[in-house]
Amino acid sequence: MRFLFELYGTFFKIGILTFGGGLTMLPMLKYEIAEKKKWTTEDELLDCYAIGQCTPGIIAVNTATYVGYKKAGVSGGIWATLGMISPSLVIITIVAAFMKQFMDNVWLQHALMGIRGVVCALMLNTVLILAKKSLVRPSCYIICIAAFIPAMFTKFPTVCIILLAAVSGILIQKAGGKAE
Amino acid sequence: MIKYFQVFYEFFKIGLFAIGGGPATIPFLMELSEKTGWYTMEELTNMIAISESTPGPVGLNMATYVGFKTLGPFGGLISTIGLTVPSVAVIILVAKFLNDFDENPYVKSAFFGIRPAVTGLILSAVIGMCKASLFVTNAGRMEPLTGSIVICVVSFCLLRIKKLKKLHPAVWIFGAAVLGIVFKL
Repeated sequence: MRFLFELYGTFFKIGILTFGGGLTMLPMLKYEIAEKKKWTTEDELLDCYAIGQCTPGIIAVNTATYVGYKKAGVSGGIWATLGMISPSLVIITIVAAFMKQFMDNVWLQHALMGIRGVVCALMLNTVLILAKKSLVRPSCYIICIAAFIPAMFTKFPTVCIILLAAVSGILIQKAGGKAE
Repeated sequence: MIKYFQVFYEFFKIGLFAIGGGPATIPFLMELSEKTGWYTMEELTNMIAISESTPGPVGLNMATYVGFKTLGPFGGLISTIGLTVPSVAVIILVAKFLNDFDENPYVKSAFFGIRPAVTGLILSAVIGMCKASLFVTNAGRMEPLTGSIVICVVSFCLLRIKKLKKLHPAVWIFGAAVLGIVFKL
């Protein structure tokens, strides 16, 4: 039981110190989990992280569940995950409640007009980074465009696009004769 | 009460199918906005900005925020749990039954297809977001918000510079907020 609290506390700390996406979390994870607590070696942690990236859901949650499960079974996975989500729940609930009251404030309105612009730029930048990482072969470009067109111009469900993409990945690799 | 179930179900679905972390949830969140009208595209842009500049992983922050926007504090709790449950279940199954999950040839091939598709999906979501955030519709006509567009173009160019690229998103967001106030955008 004490260990479960320790898992909760450690992931709470990692959650609250993470600003931005799951990727910015890696140095924090390395320090807390591998170096300080020695719950995993650095290599194991990188494996956890790799699995966290190629399973559905938020990478931070996946990694927390994986480390927690490896250390203390199902309840370990759950407690580590609860630790990871607690800071977001508390902080965002407070901020959201606070924002509601200040939405009519003129200053905030001006600030938000500036923020809109920069968020669009940051998101476009994320797409570029993702494109560099994911478009590694000609067939990747075709899949990317084939996913983009229905998403942009039709109401075709996103879930179906993902499932079709997974199937085409398997078919393409099969046709190519070998999985990379 | 039905709406709570609906929020849980929608976020459960996002948790199960958004592969690739926080940004991968954005296409789903846009789809949800179109489908339900629980929040507008502009509100989503604000929520992304706030999620990027508060502690906690962005994906979780956005889920809590959208849930809160829809149904208040309890809604935030429901949406976040909905998002998390499939992850926890999938990871435990993977850890228990599949050794070398990420080395499995089928998994690898599926991801060979999923990764570029997710890039396409996010691109489409971001274009939609730019349209909703940088233009206002006035009597059926799209009018550009010049100030926001200038900030978008300038910061996108600045993001090409190696040294600036490393700055945290929160720094960019704070800077843009200051500019917005100074120039009364």
